[in-house]
Amino acid sequence: MLLEVRAVSKHFGGIRAVEDITFSLKQGIILSIIGPNGAGKTTLFNCLTGFMKPTRGNIIFSGTTISDLPADRINRLGISRTFQNIRLFKGMSVIENVMVAQHAKIRSGLLPIIAHSPSFRSEEASVRQTAFEYLAFLGLESSAEQGAGNLPYGAQRRLEIARALASEPQLILLDEPSAGMNPLETDEMMATIRKIREMGKTIILIEHDMKFVMGISDRIIVLDHGVKIAEGAPQEVKDNPLVIEAYLGKETH
Amino acid sequence: MNSAIIKTLLRSGIISLWSALLFLPFKGLQAAGILFILLFLALLLITLTSRLSGHVVSRADIVQKQVAQLIPSNSLYLLLLVLPALTMPLFSRNYMLDVAVLSGIYIILALALNVVVGFTGLLNLGFVAYYAIGAYSFALLNTRLGLGFWSALPLSVVITTAAGFVFAAPALRLKGDYLALVTLGFGEIVRITLNNWDSFTKGPNGISGIDAPFFFGISLAPLSSFYYLVLFFVVLAVIVIRRVHASKIGRAWIALREDEIAASAMGIRSTQYKLYAVSFGAFWAGLAGCLFAAKMRFISPESFTFMESVLILSMVILGGLGSIAGVIVGAVILVALPEALRDIQMYRMLALGAGIVLLMIFRPQGLFRGSSASRS
Repeated sequence: MLLEVRAVSKHFGGIRAVEDITFSLKQGIILSIIGPNGAGKTTLFNCLTGFMKPTRGNIIFSGTTISDLPADRINRLGISRTFQNIRLFKGMSVIENVMVAQHAKIRSGLLPIIAHSPSFRSEEASVRQTAFEYLAFLGLESSAEQGAGNLPYGAQRRLEIARALASEPQLILLDEPSAGMNPLETDEMMATIRKIREMGKTIILIEHDMKFVMGISDRIIVLDHGVKIAEGAPQEVKDNPLVIEAYLGKETH
Repeated sequence: MNSAIIKTLLRSGIISLWSALLFLPFKGLQAAGILFILLFLALLLITLTSRLSGHVVSRADIVQKQVAQLIPSNSLYLLLLVLPALTMPLFSRNYMLDVAVLSGIYIILALALNVVVGFTGLLNLGFVAYYAIGAYSFALLNTRLGLGFWSALPLSVVITTAAGFVFAAPALRLKGDYLALVTLGFGEIVRITLNNWDSFTKGPNGISGIDAPFFFGISLAPLSSFYYLVLFFVVLAVIVIRRVHASKIGRAWIALREDEIAASAMGIRSTQYKLYAVSFGAFWAGLAGCLFAAKMRFISPESFTFMESVLILSMVILGGLGSIAGVIVGAVILVALPEALRDIQMYRMLALGAGIVLLMIFRPQGLFRGSSASRS
């Protein structure tokens, strides 16, 4: 198992944002987490990536317990993420955003940097080259030198994914990758996510667009009020009465 | 009459009224009135012309880009700057050189503060503390232990860097305004300690009799020689800071400034890189302190007041946060301008304040817009 989540809870005072969630994930799977607003999806993401410490429970990522580690450490272990409210480095150029993500791989220390040694220069060149390849993968190569803050909305979402990929994670967490996109862009995003899986990555995504979720997921977990109410293949989840109830309300007659 | 015109009139009126009121106690009613009328008309004119020919701010950016295109390549550009700087002592008087040496010291200080505030986004209001620690370490090592310039300098710089590290380690738990207040306190603590520790620092009397530097037996005491010493360190600082800026370290600093959460999601250890930035800044500030002590041959706590921190910060903001070229220009302007305009020197702080407020209104990013990390 690549990822094991064991009885994870996250409470804020009296509010149980996430309650006793358990699931595990094999490599190369696309898992979607769905649920109504306020179901605890993003809180779960924050626990998985180290931005919040679970109140209870354990998260084990390829053999290492990560529930107590800081976010930067978890990223270096191989989990990368995007954010629901896009968080780009707006003052930097598009390609620099992707270069930042390769931070942990760069070996050159202070002295080679100051001396501009050949090893530093070739490393910098390869970092730039790799960044450019990730931009090309998401169709952003023509805006590489533009300011990241000037990109249109859809392109900013794609840049966040390029940046997350550039830190070369095994597991990538996408928080509403198709939010605010038009149908054409959404289709492209689905194709992109499939290609990311073909690169051997495991993907967890939060998404509200049901067509998107049903079309792309291998497995789906449904959260409601912080509790897991269903888990399974898309068709199973779709027919689950609990899920229908959570989304549409209970039949009363 | 539409609302845009009323808004323009009101804006120009308030800005010029405010500037006139500032000058009222110093120059009397008549001068303040003239200033008000002139400023009001000038502001109206600027707004009108900018309506006709695009925005002032964007126009200034275009000018900056055009200038940048004229500069053929980085190395040649550096040579163009260094050549007049190298020949300066041949044709200028001692007074000019004195101003140039002082500018050089402030350029190093402003570049150092720019690493902390401009690149990493950690507001520091007590930066003069590192300048003071550098100067006093140098002076004490020299007068008490008899160490020469070239052995006291690296030692003092190491002491200042260590001081930067030790102070920053607990302070970096704070963010934004809180951090700024703590740094302000740190600056004052250092100055008051230097002022009161009579047995060690000789208190307000200061330390005199600091040796002038030697270079292979040649005294660097004459201004023209000392000028070259400062020039060497300025060029060194520019090259080193530029290179660090265009590396993974510089990118990490800027990423932390832009969005700390996203930076840590990308695997950047935020505390470590903030510590790097503060220590790196302290390193250069300490070096500037040594140069200051070696030039003046006498230092006292009076040279390291809060106003000095404000002056260095003003240089960084005036030039443009995060822009190395801008910071150099800012430092030169703020050292040279009061010298050139001796008559209004008593209004230096007043003019500085008014100038920065005007800058914030019309060009909040400073004279030069800071470029991002690794534009190679």
